[in-house]
Amino acid sequence: MTGTPLVEFNGLKVKFKGERTVHAINGLSLSMQAGETLGLLGESGSGKSVTLKTLLRLLPPRRSEIEGEVRVNGTDITTLSGRALSAYRGGEVSMVFQEPALALDPVYTIGDQIAETVMRHKGVGRFAAMEVALDMLNRVRIPSPERRLKNFPHEMSGGMRQRAMIALALACRPKLLLADEPTTALDATVQIQILLLLRELQREFGMGVIFVTHDIGVAVEVSDRIAVMYAGNIVETGTTRDVIKNPRHPYTRGLLAANLHGAVKDERLDAIPGSPPALEEPPSACSFAPRCAFARPQCLAGLPPVTDLGAGHSVACVLEQPAFS
Amino acid sequence: MSAATDTVVPEAPVITAAGYWTGVLKRFSRDPVAVTCAVIVLLLILSAVFAPYLGLDDPYKASMIKRLKPIGYPGFPLGTDEQGRDMLSRLIYGGRLTLFVGLVPVVLAFFIGSAFGLVAGYAGGRINALIMRTVDVFFAFPSVLLAIAISSALGAGIVNSLVSLTIVFIPPIARVAESATASVRALDYIDAARASGGGALTIIRVHIIGNVLGPIFVYATSLTSVCMILAAGLSFLGIGVRPPEPEWGLMLNTLRTAIYVNPWVAALPGLMIFITSLCLNLLSDGLRSAMNVKD
Repeated sequence: MTGTPLVEFNGLKVKFKGERTVHAINGLSLSMQAGETLGLLGESGSGKSVTLKTLLRLLPPRRSEIEGEVRVNGTDITTLSGRALSAYRGGEVSMVFQEPALALDPVYTIGDQIAETVMRHKGVGRFAAMEVALDMLNRVRIPSPERRLKNFPHEMSGGMRQRAMIALALACRPKLLLADEPTTALDATVQIQILLLLRELQREFGMGVIFVTHDIGVAVEVSDRIAVMYAGNIVETGTTRDVIKNPRHPYTRGLLAANLHGAVKDERLDAIPGSPPALEEPPSACSFAPRCAFARPQCLAGLPPVTDLGAGHSVACVLEQPAFS
Repeated sequence: MSAATDTVVPEAPVITAAGYWTGVLKRFSRDPVAVTCAVIVLLLILSAVFAPYLGLDDPYKASMIKRLKPIGYPGFPLGTDEQGRDMLSRLIYGGRLTLFVGLVPVVLAFFIGSAFGLVAGYAGGRINALIMRTVDVFFAFPSVLLAIAISSALGAGIVNSLVSLTIVFIPPIARVAESATASVRALDYIDAARASGGGALTIIRVHIIGNVLGPIFVYATSLTSVCMILAAGLSFLGIGVRPPEPEWGLMLNTLRTAIYVNPWVAALPGLMIFITSLCLNLLSDGLRSAMNVKD
């Protein structure tokens, strides 16, 4: 853990204004090192995608309010604009979307789309950019890449499209790759291929990856560290091993229990009761307390303090405070 | 490296990587109705363009003796009009002005309306409200009424009717362009383009125009027939093309008194308008289905 972290969130708050106000991210602090894979785990509406979009400044500027600091390689990216923002997006950080069928432009060939990005960031000619595109298709192991270069997205299968999407995202060798549930739209056999591919490419290029998922199995498969999100904040972070072997937060324990492995027929499945809060008001107490089996009066008195358990493992829960142990 | 060999996907069946327009042409050529209409429209355009070289009678040469001769009269295969001018020649020469007045306003409105719609749809918010509410004001009038009002305010003449028809067709095209742009803008690939560093201009030029031009173009082709009918209507009312120029709408007007004497000849300009607009409509339908990649 030396040098500037690759990504550093410092008290990030994101609020959406409109007909109803939503406090999507509430004081999120998190950092990750270069070359690390961070799994961002949480259920729908916990703010995973909003976090990624904030990192790329993709939120609609008129309707969203961003507070706090987001640093990538030491630069505060919340103030970037114009040319610097364009160079940052796609050059330093790029993103793989959840649904490759929607994230590729239907009227251009795969080769054209990759070449367009390469020409923009590297300032090379079309011919050289096409060479890069071909090389990228090879690296993501698309068979007969020369021909696929001239294919339109609709001429490819789902798994192939996601490979093309990854090739597009990595064409400019970003230092950070954001993967927004990249395997959710794919079937199970293709999922594992894409995960293995991402892990390999991550090692090959030495980039940092933030991998958003709601599937704990996927998170374990790919990440070095895991951050569990709930109601717009991180409730627990640590190395994948620590979080899985020794989950401290009741929500993390609930997530780990709520899988189907080892489920017995005709027995009720373990599930976390209730649903996440609506977040129309900024939370003033532990957001998970209403669903928590271990809730104490202190949980509702104020925001839970963050306890550092050592080795980068930290938990936001009152039960971890020395007074309770 | 064992993981590398594991992830190699077996060779996929060969899909021919043909260009988009090759595919469109292929699908279009399989549609007999659309092809027939395309041929008819092409013939009409060619005959109009090359009218002077077809060895036709002078369309302005009148003859008091040979007035209102029926179809098949020796020397006049389609008869003569109320001033004894050759109908065949006048119908073919009439195509020049009619098609010109039918196409030019749509082409102009296509560019202007698309530009308005693209800006409104991409910018959203206040700019959208400003442009689209202005467009709505024009939309409130029935198109015929608006065309007549503007034409008569500007005075009769070809240029003025071109201007008025262009104004009439800007609102619908802008509306189609705006809704197409707004729906494309919300799609993931626009976010993806922004995420890979594309500026607003690049995104509009490359990703938005590429995706909305097809639908707008198809819609505009369907307007050409309406435009032709409106132009003919303006001439019929006497605020478009002036006599003695041959133009189908005007010919319909001047021949209307002869409807009891020689109904077949009097109906000919109307028949031409009908055939042309029908073919243009079916052609635009064919284009629409040929250009739709997604299914």
